[in-house]
Amino acid sequence: MDAIKPFDVVQMNPLKELSKPHSMGTTIIAIKYRDGVLVGADSRTTTGSYIANRVSDKLTQVHERIYCCRSGSAADTQAVADYVKYYLSMQSVELGELPRVKTAANLFRTLCYQNKNHLMAGILCAGWDPIEGGQVYSIPLGGTLVKQPFGTSGSGSSYIFGYCDVHYKDDMTLEEAEQFVKTALTLAMQRDGSSGGVVRTVNITKDGCERKMVPWTELPVFFEG
Amino acid sequence: MSNLNEENYEEERGGFVFDNVTRNMFMETKGYQAPIAMKTGTTIAGVIFKGGVVLGADTRATNGPIVADKNCSKIHFIAPNVYCCGAGTAADTENSTALISSKLALHRYSTGRQTRVVTAMTLLKRMLFKYQGHVSAALVLGGVDLDGSHLYTIYPHGSTDKLPFVTMGSGSLAAMAIFEERFKDDMSEEEAKSLVHAGISAGIFNDLGSGSNVDLCVIRKDSVEYLRGYDQPNERNYRTSYVIPRGTTATLSSTEEVLSKQLIINELDDRMEVAP
Repeated sequence: MDAIKPFDVVQMNPLKELSKPHSMGTTIIAIKYRDGVLVGADSRTTTGSYIANRVSDKLTQVHERIYCCRSGSAADTQAVADYVKYYLSMQSVELGELPRVKTAANLFRTLCYQNKNHLMAGILCAGWDPIEGGQVYSIPLGGTLVKQPFGTSGSGSSYIFGYCDVHYKDDMTLEEAEQFVKTALTLAMQRDGSSGGVVRTVNITKDGCERKMVPWTELPVFFEG
Repeated sequence: MSNLNEENYEEERGGFVFDNVTRNMFMETKGYQAPIAMKTGTTIAGVIFKGGVVLGADTRATNGPIVADKNCSKIHFIAPNVYCCGAGTAADTENSTALISSKLALHRYSTGRQTRVVTAMTLLKRMLFKYQGHVSAALVLGGVDLDGSHLYTIYPHGSTDKLPFVTMGSGSLAAMAIFEERFKDDMSEEEAKSLVHAGISAGIFNDLGSGSNVDLCVIRKDSVEYLRGYDQPNERNYRTSYVIPRGTTATLSSTEEVLSKQLIINELDDRMEVAP
């Protein structure tokens, strides 16, 4: 057995840790309910073990009534979201109408699939359009596209699959959906070290988008040992 | 230089070339040690106050364990209303900021409008994303434009954050500890300056990669104040003066020789080539 090295290399050189790719160990969720969709996310961005941003906004608007929830590499997902935002704005100007959520999701899928070897991006695309109403699409790592009644992603999602499967109902009211999202995110944030901070939500309906932020002091309290 | 064609020009242009990245990574796995570029182990920071932005930086540049420059300047000019602090590889931060600064100057000439901070941020993030983190520039970008004060952090991989107070570099943890404790919304200019000063000082004194002086840059709605050497807490107090009187070293022997006797004059036409 070799002698134990006196110092960890990472501890000796904090720059090494801080110059790692910026990633969003994340919990994100999107759910279809009666009037539209509700998307939610925690607010933690990390570089290694350092929290680079404790109030990040992972819910990115790509068009008037379409949002994406970003997980994975912050740089990659920001770049992908910027491209989709650009394509959608061009398409909606040409068509003179709101783009479909399906279109946005398909753009995400195309970008994520064709660049799969260079990207680390797990995206949930959700929104409302006049043709199909509220929809939730999941674009996981390989770049496949899955339509779902609700979707979760990010490192924290593994802790809440059980909760979501038990408590999801079709055709929830906004209040029920808000309760569902807030509880699921809180449970994930308590168990996943890479998720935390505040809960951010956006409610998307035919009438518009409404943002909400729940500070950690007002989150529900569960078993804390 | 008469046979200057396009290929030669491309070769001599310099700048960011990544042709050998894959080869070098392979060589490193075989035990070859690549030379290390000068990295600015750094503390840089920024804070938004009521009328603008205060940026701050230390002035130490390191090359491994050696302090390569005790008073370097890490707050770079981007536009008359936008400045940028750089951490990471010194060459990369200097060249990326200069490149984007030049692009923005051309953009101002073509549009006749003041540069927006988001525009600078977008150009920088697109460039850094394109180079996939190989350009190691970690930046704090701040400025005031028609929509008010803005402060961004830009990471080497091309991700950005928009926050009211930010720190970066190896001293970011020390500086952030101060900011988290003392930051308030809508501070006065003096409060903001003293907060950034305290943050950078924390980096200078507690982080080995940072040191020497505090530089500040205050950007207001229609004025900028670049305070180079705002605080110099590490001045050398005592310096030995080596005044050695003539004759301290004894002359043991001396010889004289007339040089003109050794001189051979070459009559060949050796005039300097002058450009037409």
